[in-house]
Amino acid sequence: MEQSLIFIAGGILMGLGAIGSGVGIGILGGKYLEGVARQPELQPMLMTQLFISLALVDAVPIIAVGISLYMIFAI
Amino acid sequence: MQSETQTSSEYIQHHITNLTYGKFPDGSWGIAHSIEEAKAMGFNAIHVDTMFWSISLGVVFCALFYWATRNLKAGVPGTLQNVCEMAVEFVEDNIRQVFGTRPNVIIGPLSLTILVWVFLMNLMDLIPVDFIPALAAMAGIHFMKVVPSTDPNATLAMALGVFFLVMYYNIKMKGPVNFTLGLFTHPIDHWAAAPFNFLLEMVDLIAKPLSHGLRLFGNMYAGEMIFILIALLPFYAQWALSLPWAIFHILIISLQAFVFMILTIVYLTQAHETGDH
Repeated sequence: MEQSLIFIAGGILMGLGAIGSGVGIGILGGKYLEGVARQPELQPMLMTQLFISLALVDAVPIIAVGISLYMIFAI
Repeated sequence: MQSETQTSSEYIQHHITNLTYGKFPDGSWGIAHSIEEAKAMGFNAIHVDTMFWSISLGVVFCALFYWATRNLKAGVPGTLQNVCEMAVEFVEDNIRQVFGTRPNVIIGPLSLTILVWVFLMNLMDLIPVDFIPALAAMAGIHFMKVVPSTDPNATLAMALGVFFLVMYYNIKMKGPVNFTLGLFTHPIDHWAAAPFNFLLEMVDLIAKPLSHGLRLFGNMYAGEMIFILIALLPFYAQWALSLPWAIFHILIISLQAFVFMILTIVYLTQAHETGDH
């Protein structure tokens, strides 16, 4: 019983985290392409900024994935 | 490489257990021989494999770059010199863009160390999951986790190191009084909002090193776990999943090393901003 609850909790953690970051990274990538299309010469600078914000958006779901995998396998 | 006597869950458990040296419940010190023993040690334990691999990779990094600087060629540089120059220039570019040209002796070497060291630690993930543990098992070592960045102790320790530097530069650049005042006045500059401001700033301050370390850990742990799950497949089917994931993982490991470095630079930049707030 307890083990199956941990599986469900891990699934919810990963799934809900992925929804948020999916929307976030989608908007981020779209805006980046828009920016590059408007001013191609800014592309290297925008790329660095893209990676920084990508990491910030990515952090919460990837931490959720890490913690849920830890819950499922290590506890 | 799962042996017949192991279930798949035991195999995974075995792969995510560190070689732990610590204090047994009965008071003696030694290396844990089973997962239960390692867990029972609690706080009085050290992960020997994490320490060993991270320190040796640090030594490899230092030796490599030292060797490169002793053998500089002005005409046609060799491969090693090219790689080292690329790393140094890449770090320099990023510092110029984010940090600017403030006088600071530590941010350059710190960023270069973080970039290359984290990259090397992440690179251990691309070694087949059973290769080094199997060699270690032949030498009589039961547990061996070769990727130091899949251990939260290592990543959070690095994040904590950066956090101490951030605090140091906050106090040095802004002065202890201004820094403490800034904690109370930052988002809403009104005396009635001081407790609220303090709460907000404290959460911000603590969340930074926590997310900094856990981001690297989460990425590497998830990647390593997928490699371990692939290793559970029959041996003739492994390459079909392992190869694409390894190729994709090359992107992840370098991106995470870059992100860890750039966030260090961003946090240190924030600590140096002595503007009006």
